[in-house]
Amino acid sequence: MAQLVIKGLQVSVEGESGAIEILRGVDLTINSGEVHAIMGPNGSGKSTLAYSIAGHPKYSVTGGSVTLDGVDVLEMSVDQRAKAGLFLAMQYPVEVPGVSVSNFLRTAATALRGEAPKVRTWVGEVKEAMSKLSIDPTFSERSVNEGFSGGEKKRHEILQMELLKPKIAILDETDSGLDVDALRIVSEGVNRVKSEQNLGIMLITHYTRILRYIKPDFVHVFAGGKIVEEGGPELADRLEEKGYAQYAKA
Amino acid sequence: MSSVLPTNYLTPTGREEAWRFTPLKRIAGLHDPAVSVIDRISIELFGSARAGFDISTVKASDIPAKSSTTDAIVQRLRNEVTEVVHLKIENEAVINEPIMLKRSAGSSGEFSRTVITAGAHSKATVIVENTGDGIIGEEIEIRVEAGANLTFITLQEWGPKAVHMGRHHAIIGRDANFKSITVTIGGSLVRLLPTVEYSDQGSSAELWGVYFATDGQHLEHRVFVDHGIPRAKSRVNYKGVLAGDGARTVWIGDVFIRQNAEGTDTYELNKNLLLSDGARADSVPNLEIETGEIVGAGHASTTGRFDDEQLFYLMSRGIPMNEARRLVIRGFFTEIIDKIGDEVIQERLMSKIDSQLETLGA
Repeated sequence: MAQLVIKGLQVSVEGESGAIEILRGVDLTINSGEVHAIMGPNGSGKSTLAYSIAGHPKYSVTGGSVTLDGVDVLEMSVDQRAKAGLFLAMQYPVEVPGVSVSNFLRTAATALRGEAPKVRTWVGEVKEAMSKLSIDPTFSERSVNEGFSGGEKKRHEILQMELLKPKIAILDETDSGLDVDALRIVSEGVNRVKSEQNLGIMLITHYTRILRYIKPDFVHVFAGGKIVEEGGPELADRLEEKGYAQYAKA
Repeated sequence: MSSVLPTNYLTPTGREEAWRFTPLKRIAGLHDPAVSVIDRISIELFGSARAGFDISTVKASDIPAKSSTTDAIVQRLRNEVTEVVHLKIENEAVINEPIMLKRSAGSSGEFSRTVITAGAHSKATVIVENTGDGIIGEEIEIRVEAGANLTFITLQEWGPKAVHMGRHHAIIGRDANFKSITVTIGGSLVRLLPTVEYSDQGSSAELWGVYFATDGQHLEHRVFVDHGIPRAKSRVNYKGVLAGDGARTVWIGDVFIRQNAEGTDTYELNKNLLLSDGARADSVPNLEIETGEIVGAGHASTTGRFDDEQLFYLMSRGIPMNEARRLVIRGFFTEIIDKIGDEVIQERLMSKIDSQLETLGA
C-alpha cells in the first residue's frame, strides 16, 4: 500500500511583475488502487498541481506539504520522485531528438530498478506492453515523441507507466486530443496497470468523457487553485449536466 | 576551372573578413611566409592495399590543383609542397569497407597536399583520421567524377595542442554524389574550409558536421557551396556543442547561386548548444542568389542553451541529471554521427565527448 498525502499545498510561479500564486491550499490523499478525478475549468491550476508534485523547476512551493508513505516529496529531486514511485503522464510530452524510445525506456528502467534489466526479458516486456497499447514495434527506433501524433504521444506515456511500475500516477489531461478509439486504448491501458499493479491514480481532466472508461472512486472539483467540492462518481454526472459555471464565483 | 598559383599573396592580418574570427597568434606562422614550414608527407594508408584503389606519392607539379582558392595558407602550401599523396579510386570500383587514411604530424609546422580522385561510377568511403599534437596546414582536393558516389569523413580527434588549418574541397562531376562528414572534437585551434563546386549537372553534395569545443578550444568551420552550374543540389547541416570557459566556435555557411545555376536546390542549417556561460558560438549563414529560377534555397541557424523541458521530462522518468544531459547531448549529435556508418568509430567519438563532459562536470 502506498499513500500520497498533499496538505495545504501552495504554489506560485514567477510572473513579469513578481510571483503569482496559483495553488491556494490543496488537500488531497490518494491511496493505492484508488482513482481520484480532478476536474475543473481551464486555468484553475490542475496542471500546476501535477507539475508541482513531479518537481518542475518553474513552480515554487510556498506552503504546505507533499509526502509519499510519510516521506517528504518536496525535498526530492525530480528523478528521486520517480524513484520513490511517482509518475506524471504529461499533457504535452516533450520531444527529445536523437534519443530513441528503446534507449530512453531502457535508461529509465535501469535508473528506477537500480540495475539494467536483463536484455532478453526486457525486450519481450517492451514488445508485449507495446502490442497491448497498439503501438507499432517500429516506434522503438524513433526519437522520443518526435513526430508523434497526439494519440501516439499519449499512448507512449501510458507505455512508460506500464513499464516503469509507479505506485502513484498523475495523468494530466491524458484524454485531451484523443479520438474515441485512442481514448479507449489508453483507458484500457490505465485500467490494466491499475489492476495489475494496484496503482493509485490522480486523473486530471476537463471533460467527463474519460470517466466512462476509467471509473473514479472520488471526484474533486478544482477552481481558483483549490478543491472546492468533493464527492463520489455522481459528482461527475452533475458536472456533465451543469458545467463549471457554478464554481466560477468561488 | 584553372588553377591559380599566385606567388605574391598577402599575409593575413586578422582584419580580413575570412580571418576576423581566427586567433592568428595561435597558428604558429602557417600563414606567414617569414616563418618556415616543413614540407613532409604526413598521411598514409592504414591497413593493407586492396583492390579498387591505389595510393601513391606524386610530384606536385604533375598533379596541379584544379580549384582556385583565396585562402592564404592554401596558396602558400601549394607553392611549397613538392610531393602530393594521391588516392585514386578506380572507375566503377565498388569498395564496401572504408579506406582509412591516418595522419601523423609533428610538433613543428608542416604542410600537406592530398588529392582524392573518385573514378567515374565508383562507390567508396574515405576516412581521414587526425590524432596527436600536430601543427599542420593542409589541402585535400577531392575530384568526384561522373556518376561516382563518395563519402568523405574527416575525424579531428587531435590532442590538446594541435593546430589544424585545412581546406577540403570537392569538385563534383555529372550525376555524382558527394557526402562529407566533418567531426571536430580535438585540437587547440582548428580552422577548416569544407567547400564544394560542381563541374556538371545533376550532381549533389551533402555536407554534415559536428564540433564539440571545451575550455579554450577554437573550432572554426567555413563552409562554401559554389552553385555555378544548373540543376545541382546541396544540403548542409552542422551541429555544435560548447562547454567550458573560453570554448569558441565559428561556423560560416556561404552558399553562392550563380546566374547560370538554374534549378539549384539548397538548404543549410547550423545549430549550436551552449552548455556554459563563458562559451561563444558565432554562426553566420550567407546566401547569395543571382537567379530566381531555382527549386529552393534556404538557411537556418539557432544557438541556444539546454532545453530544461527535455531534462525535466527525462528526469521525471527517474533518469539522474547528469545522465539526462548526456542523453540530450548524444541525441543532439546522433543525427550526424550515425551517418558515419561505423559503430566502432561512432561509439569512440561519443565516448570521447562523454568523458570530456564528465571532466567539465557539465
